[in-house]
Amino acid sequence: MAEMDLALAQWALDEAKRCGATAAEVLMVGAESLSARVRLGETEKLKSSRERRLGLRAFVEHRSATSSTAEIERDSLAAFIAETVKLARLTAPDPWSGLPDPALHPSRLPDLGLADDEHGIIGAQKALELARASEYAALKSDNRIKNSEGAEFDSGRYHVMFANSQGFAGEYSGTSYSLSAMPIAQDDSGMQVGYWYTANRMFDRLEPAESIGATAAKRALRRLGARKVETTRAPVIFDPDMAAGLIRSLAGAASGTSLYKSASFLVGRLGHRVASTNVTIVDDGTMPSGLGSKPFDGEGLATNRKNLVENGVLKTYLLDSYSARRLGLAPTGNASRSVGAPPGVSPTNLYLEPGPYTPERIIGSVKRGLYVTEMIGFGVNAVTGDYSRGASGMWIEDGELAYPVQEITIAGNLKDMFMSIEMIGNDLVWRSSVVSPTVKIAEMTIAGA
Amino acid sequence: MADELIKPEKFFLNRFGMTESALDLILGTALERKADYADLYFEYRNAEALALEDSIVNHTSKSVSQGVGVRVCAEDRTGYAYSDEVTVDTMRLAAETARAIAQETGRSIAPVHVGAIVKRHNLYELESTPLDVPVEARARLLSEIDTVARAYDPRVKKVMASFAAEQKVVMIVTSEGKIAADVQPLCRLSVTVIAEDGHNRQVGTYGGGGRVEWRYFLEGEKWREYAREAARQAIVNLDAVDAPAGEMVVVLGHGWPGILLHEAIGHGLEGDFNRKGVSAFSGRIGQRVASELCTVIDDGTIRNRRGSLNIDDEGTPTGRTVLIEKGILRGYMQDRLNARLMKMEPTGNGRRESFAHAPMPRMTNTFMLSGESTPEDVIKSVRNGLYAVSFGGGQVDITNGKFVFSASEAYLIEDGRVTRPVKGATLIGNGPDVLTRVTMVANDMHLDPGIGTCGKDGQSVPVGVGLPTIRIDGITVGGTRA
Repeated sequence: MAEMDLALAQWALDEAKRCGATAAEVLMVGAESLSARVRLGETEKLKSSRERRLGLRAFVEHRSATSSTAEIERDSLAAFIAETVKLARLTAPDPWSGLPDPALHPSRLPDLGLADDEHGIIGAQKALELARASEYAALKSDNRIKNSEGAEFDSGRYHVMFANSQGFAGEYSGTSYSLSAMPIAQDDSGMQVGYWYTANRMFDRLEPAESIGATAAKRALRRLGARKVETTRAPVIFDPDMAAGLIRSLAGAASGTSLYKSASFLVGRLGHRVASTNVTIVDDGTMPSGLGSKPFDGEGLATNRKNLVENGVLKTYLLDSYSARRLGLAPTGNASRSVGAPPGVSPTNLYLEPGPYTPERIIGSVKRGLYVTEMIGFGVNAVTGDYSRGASGMWIEDGELAYPVQEITIAGNLKDMFMSIEMIGNDLVWRSSVVSPTVKIAEMTIAGA
Repeated sequence: MADELIKPEKFFLNRFGMTESALDLILGTALERKADYADLYFEYRNAEALALEDSIVNHTSKSVSQGVGVRVCAEDRTGYAYSDEVTVDTMRLAAETARAIAQETGRSIAPVHVGAIVKRHNLYELESTPLDVPVEARARLLSEIDTVARAYDPRVKKVMASFAAEQKVVMIVTSEGKIAADVQPLCRLSVTVIAEDGHNRQVGTYGGGGRVEWRYFLEGEKWREYAREAARQAIVNLDAVDAPAGEMVVVLGHGWPGILLHEAIGHGLEGDFNRKGVSAFSGRIGQRVASELCTVIDDGTIRNRRGSLNIDDEGTPTGRTVLIEKGILRGYMQDRLNARLMKMEPTGNGRRESFAHAPMPRMTNTFMLSGESTPEDVIKSVRNGLYAVSFGGGQVDITNGKFVFSASEAYLIEDGRVTRPVKGATLIGNGPDVLTRVTMVANDMHLDPGIGTCGKDGQSVPVGVGLPTIRIDGITVGGTRA
């Protein structure tokens, strides 16, 4: 069986050139994982995987094609490479296409501590134990927790190898661990599910299994008896996970790929106020052990730390070299790349800088309003910023969480919502690559009964 | 025609030098502990995509993937292991991993010698695969789409069009000795248009496809309709005013708004959620969950549809399942595991995204049968309400039954007439009671153009929906105008 290594990548690049490619890029990813799910104390599912794929992007001057395969024996690869170059020739020339400026490739790659070599893939028995412990904590916490969608522990390890025809080559390994629980609370009013999780690149830094289960149970229990509220306009507080969704939407609109297509409400807003002055949003691909960290981006450019939004002003877009050329700017180290697709753009580790307020203080500032803890649907229009999503959470009366609400929507426009962020919490916790503290928005339309 | 199109059962045996006795051996390994069932799922997928922007076809891509998944079931436990390296050794290793869920030693069933071939439907036999069309011809069509969309209105500023085609060969080998195999073509043509009028910028999207040949898009010039529809929607939205907020009468147009059924009741009627008792529909078979005007079907056997399959991904021939009959809940959609545990029959709804995933109950084509009203009468009957004709995505919370779906083209109805377009808004309702509020069903049932993809537990599969024009007396519209 063929080995996947940088020598194979170099061979593939040479082969592409031999077929007539003027430039090329090879990405190889090998991954393995194990996931274990328990439900009501019993093993429900064990899943184990091994995968490896090779992706090729071939250029014939300004024409290009992208391809991927799992067949990495040299014989079948040679035919595959020839077909890819042939496909590139059939594509229209695009003056902006091409590899990045070679001067921008880093000569040294940082060690960001992305892999937990000590733990690697966690064995089935240990994985099941952790899942069981977190579900048990949920089930025993309250007699209204009567059912469960289970609890799951996942661990994964991957190795990325990347090389291009202008001499850049690099590789890195990473691990990731996550544990989640979904208990179900039930009373006369019906059933509600609660979800909570922890995720980290380092096994020892996961939050304790028991606390994940207990938090998930609390989240399910507080939803019991939820009702609709009357349609109104009121302040809306997003809990950290829901606020992270807002930050992600902003990053999507700030991505070069959306901007050059005019498919973004941030077209022409670079250097302008796009949020209230207390808002600073940071993208940092170099955070040690960050879930979104990597030593180089999807085109072999160095990742970095920068303010996307600083005191409310949009300071940069997020760009790969294609969208950068189209917009007349420099790439920002945000090229993302999956094996089978040409580079796109994505944030690395993205967060809203914490503010001075405790979540209690923020809730206390609202006389009558909504605290959102779950949202469903995809009602965000990136082109216009129009925002309308299904929500549930807690209704606030006189600064206190009064009762649970559901079957309502919250609507506004992201442009206005970011400009009216009134308070930012001090409760930033890293459990994903995009995170936020609690956020209060001055007023939105809440549709209900 | 390539041999695999005629005998997909032979394709994997030839390709990987596999014999039936090797398959027996691997299934034997999988069943060395106390288990009820084991199967192997082989997949070989070829896909190509072409995309146009700024009037040039500047993106092409191609992918080849292959792999095998080994599954072992013991009571309600599932062990699953997969590899993209298909050899007897890797499959035995996968079988050893998958059987770890069956703790006790000692066989409970004896594997049957592999050989009986499962008869499949013949819903999408094609003369040529969608991948056989020359790239030049595909590129030319995308360019013509660009021209048509731009000609629609001078305010059309950006046109993005793409064509994606794949052919998947699958084979399922079961511990009951059965072999089921299929060749599954799938393609989709999509158009997105951005229109600008000063600082006002709006988007429109349309497309279609199915398990069809290239010429499907040329017949009746469907591609031209896709281009014009995307442009029309973007232009209409330039004039859209703020959408209303609150509970009101909503009329859903026919076709793609059938996403209502998919979210509001479809997911809640999948066997896994009901076996576990975690669905808002759990234990409600035989009860009224809709007005008597509503009959809802899931049918995986409609010719050439995106959601159709000759066999599901466990080798069961697909079927037609009545979910709701004149308002009464009749049935769930099942895969093998959940059917066995619920002592019901599998319904051919066991599906998976790829060899990297274990199957679970999923929808195929889900739709409501036509009623007797005319669409005009439905609109005329409404004094004040919303008429929603096109939608983006939707989602549901299975456990409490609350679901959303987001309109991308909608109008106000005032005094029985469709008037101004309104901005997109999310509609939210309660699955178990939204259909009880259906007071009119028109005679114009239509299936969607073939664009749907459903996500569940991290797995995406192609699906279809369909709906006649219907009137719902009371659903919450999430606009900004309170």
